[in-house]
Amino acid sequence: MGNFGIGQAVRRVEDKRFLTGAGQYTDDINKPGQLYLHILHSPHAHADISSIDTTAAKAAPGVVGVLTQADLDALGIGDILNLAAPPHKDGRALEVPARPALARGRVRYVGEPVAAVVADTLANAKDAADLIEVDYKELPAVVDIADAAKPGAPLVHGTEAPGNVWTHWQLGDEAATKAAFEKAHKVVKIDLINNRIAPTAMEPRGALAEYDVATERYTLIQGSQGSHKLRDWFAKNILKVPLDKVRVISPDVGGAFGMKNFLFNEPIVAVVASKLYGKPIKWMADRAGSFLNDAHGRDQINHAELALDKDGMFLGLRVSSFGNVGAYLSQFGAAIPTMAGCAMLVGAYRTPAAYVDVRVMMTNTAPVDAYRGAGRPEAAYVMERLVDKASRELGIPAAELRRKNFIRPEDFPYKTALGHKYDSGRYAELMDAAYKRADVAGFETRRAAAKKNGKLRGLGISYYVEACAGGQGEQPHLKFDADGKLTIIIGTQDNGQGHRTVYAQIAADAFGIPIENIVVKQGDTDEVPTGVGTGGSRSIPVGGSAVRATLLKMIEHGKDIASNLLEASAQDIEFDAGAFKIAGTDRKVSLKDVIGASFDDAKRGDVKPGLYAAETYAPAGATFPNGCHICEVDVDAETGELEFVNYTIQDDLGYAMNPLLMEGQIFGGAVQGLGQCLFEHAVYDKETGQLMTGSFMDYTMPRAGNTPRFNYAYTEVPTPNNTLGIKGAGEAGTIGATPAVANAVIDALSAVGVTHIDMPMTGLKIWQAIQSAQSKSAA
Amino acid sequence: MHAFTYHRPTSVADAVAKRSADADASYLAGGMTLIPTLKQRLAQPTQVFDLAGLADLKGIVVTDGAVTIGAMACHADVALSADVRRVIPALSDLAGTIGDPQVRNRGTIGGSLANSDPSADYPAAVLGLGATIHTNTRQISGDDFFKGLFETALKPGELIVKVSFPIPKRAAYMKFPNPASRYAVVGVMVAETAQGVRVAVIGAGACAFRLSAMETALSKSFSVAAIKDIAIPADDLNNDMHATAEYRAHLVGVMARRAVAAIA
Repeated sequence: MGNFGIGQAVRRVEDKRFLTGAGQYTDDINKPGQLYLHILHSPHAHADISSIDTTAAKAAPGVVGVLTQADLDALGIGDILNLAAPPHKDGRALEVPARPALARGRVRYVGEPVAAVVADTLANAKDAADLIEVDYKELPAVVDIADAAKPGAPLVHGTEAPGNVWTHWQLGDEAATKAAFEKAHKVVKIDLINNRIAPTAMEPRGALAEYDVATERYTLIQGSQGSHKLRDWFAKNILKVPLDKVRVISPDVGGAFGMKNFLFNEPIVAVVASKLYGKPIKWMADRAGSFLNDAHGRDQINHAELALDKDGMFLGLRVSSFGNVGAYLSQFGAAIPTMAGCAMLVGAYRTPAAYVDVRVMMTNTAPVDAYRGAGRPEAAYVMERLVDKASRELGIPAAELRRKNFIRPEDFPYKTALGHKYDSGRYAELMDAAYKRADVAGFETRRAAAKKNGKLRGLGISYYVEACAGGQGEQPHLKFDADGKLTIIIGTQDNGQGHRTVYAQIAADAFGIPIENIVVKQGDTDEVPTGVGTGGSRSIPVGGSAVRATLLKMIEHGKDIASNLLEASAQDIEFDAGAFKIAGTDRKVSLKDVIGASFDDAKRGDVKPGLYAAETYAPAGATFPNGCHICEVDVDAETGELEFVNYTIQDDLGYAMNPLLMEGQIFGGAVQGLGQCLFEHAVYDKETGQLMTGSFMDYTMPRAGNTPRFNYAYTEVPTPNNTLGIKGAGEAGTIGATPAVANAVIDALSAVGVTHIDMPMTGLKIWQAIQSAQSKSAA
Repeated sequence: MHAFTYHRPTSVADAVAKRSADADASYLAGGMTLIPTLKQRLAQPTQVFDLAGLADLKGIVVTDGAVTIGAMACHADVALSADVRRVIPALSDLAGTIGDPQVRNRGTIGGSLANSDPSADYPAAVLGLGATIHTNTRQISGDDFFKGLFETALKPGELIVKVSFPIPKRAAYMKFPNPASRYAVVGVMVAETAQGVRVAVIGAGACAFRLSAMETALSKSFSVAAIKDIAIPADDLNNDMHATAEYRAHLVGVMARRAVAAIA
């Protein structure tokens, strides 16, 4: 409708507030008399704690209290919960190790919270923390998958999990896959490392906790991806109090990327301290603390094999992976390398048989959990690099090999060998469109020209498909005020995406009212009755469809009122262009009048007062966003430096609600994907277990100058699995970009004999790969 | 950060007297290293003497033979000075590659040199252009200034007042930045000066150093061809997760050739 409705590239209604510094993030909120919490982190990767002496710290200036896990245990505070325990392939359950908020007798990674100081100022809290005497007895530590899997490796949790393998999980049909490989004409194999990432949200994690003695209620202000989950976890698992005794408010959130979904140590201490000391408690992570104790992402190694027949048709896929989940199981940590992503390993292709086995490994590192894409980027990276390798080994062009094996439009809904039912797609058509826009036909000419300038030009393609926006529903509440203002109350949580704008567009479109007349409320469990939260690219596909379902219910209510005003049967009333009218006549009443009547006992008739509705909407199934990324790079063979020349994306994200914000999601996502491919790597020292990339001096974030100008287009192939036909845009860019950039680098380096390189493909690694290929060819 | 006493001295003499009286005190120039170190609680000075108010340490003066830069001139002042660009464009270029705009508008030449970070850019200019460091008590030749990792010829309390760079016939600076920090993995200043050709390297060693083999070769023939076969030994070069010693040795050669190519 008009300039603001569905499909319009409306600028964010949030922009003015955010860009003028009027946003309210957790650290912008302060309470009178608040105290400051500072966490003492473990300096060791693995050590027994024989004693903690807090005497001097407690006596230090300004200190109100010092807490250790012994205090939390004495108060009956629950441990941090786990919500994903993929079973062993023999059916045994995964034993979940205890994860206390503060170390209980042993530390298992550098940065693990050990003790907490609460003081009148942060400086005093930090000074006092220096006075805490912890008696550590160091133990051997192990930080990476390969070392953790070695016989005799240090055990992160003693003998609970032999070999540090917490579960050896499987998916697919092993026998059928074996049979497929036996009849293969060719088997292509690849070994890949999926590097560990630190999430680095612009706004670090933080918490402001307050306890009200009169109502015996806790209030926690914390940027999150859904306040209801946090509320439930705090009430049921941590504090063991009724739900109504906990209120969680998520104010503005400056980036989350999966990581702000989770329950972390520090806010638990803040909440406990708020009651103990009777004052509001503020805790904010600094950047160093974020690197140490935010849940990291990725960290897998994968071995994959693709069986093909003589025509290049895929017969079977076999993948064997290891996923590093860190020293403790974060809520969904064990699901990420297993259930969350593995079913997407077959990608966009008809692969009749597939089998995956995954060992979930624990190491002396920070817990790993969902990070933008959560298992699907890892899966797409495996399959798209494997397909590219098959293309080289078989001498079939990358596009042709993909086209032969693509799931075709007529195949949908398509049940894959790993159990997903894909919704819709026109993969070959999108790839062709991307090829045309990227002028792939002219690539060899450009490559030759680049060579004259001393550059190695490479072209990389990925065709990603991912799974999102399925699962639980959302239940928005919508209401009109007497002045015509519409309030949308919803349990998803914007982290910067622009949800308020898009929800308002959906409602503006339906009601024919200006977007300025719509307010979206989120984040406060006292204001929002229910909520599942934001994650898995679900907010607009599921939340948007739920807003639509709810407003349709409101319109039905409005028709009842209109029928009274127009003295006609409600069945004969239509709502269109902001007015209720009797079908087939010009007799109508405006939305404004119906809203007015809804509050007027004399006018509204025999219906409930007001114009409001609540409705639950759950999607029929997951959606499968897909698309083609084509990346063209120049590598400086002398230095290993890489420069983007062109970057083309052709996406199918279903219907686009707001193309401007959708592009924003894809560009940001793609930059995170290329960041993983080229720059980002959370590195622990293998000897000491220290985090080597503990600041932006060593942890390389992609910068504006490192990123391409995206040439973006999309094709709308709606999903049947939600009302609005939206597939979701939050993670798609990340999933498509990583393999496309990697394939472009390999293609560039193929000219000098390089056939393999692992992420992050830094200048150093590229230079080393070239050196090693050249010394091989010289030998 | 730990507590300390903050002072704004009124003159160079005042600053030096007070700072010299306290071995645990520190000068504060632009603070681009000191302030992060304080925030991380790694430094614990008793007193901090902020040099920002000292007019004697400011300003850029170009005379016939030299560019003289006050110790508290920030990198942006140097990068954007039309006078500097006119006579030593390589120095403008170098200053313009330091950090990001925020750092360039806070960080100072005096602070950078006194710190002698192995990956900082200015030492390449001092050594490569044959500059002289003027302190509150003496003049130190650039060749004698850098002593090792974060070590200089400065005595405790001695304060850099200004730096004078003789104007070279031609000079170029090439830098391979660390992708994360933007400090130099390797930086090479090549200059033809009145005293001969100078080639100075930063990022690769414990502190800035000159490459005499290249200087000799370029003195005979100022061309890329003259240095293309000069191998840089990787022994003793810095080795970290961003760059191995071998990569640095290789990059020294590449950056030197590119610098020569830019002005040959």
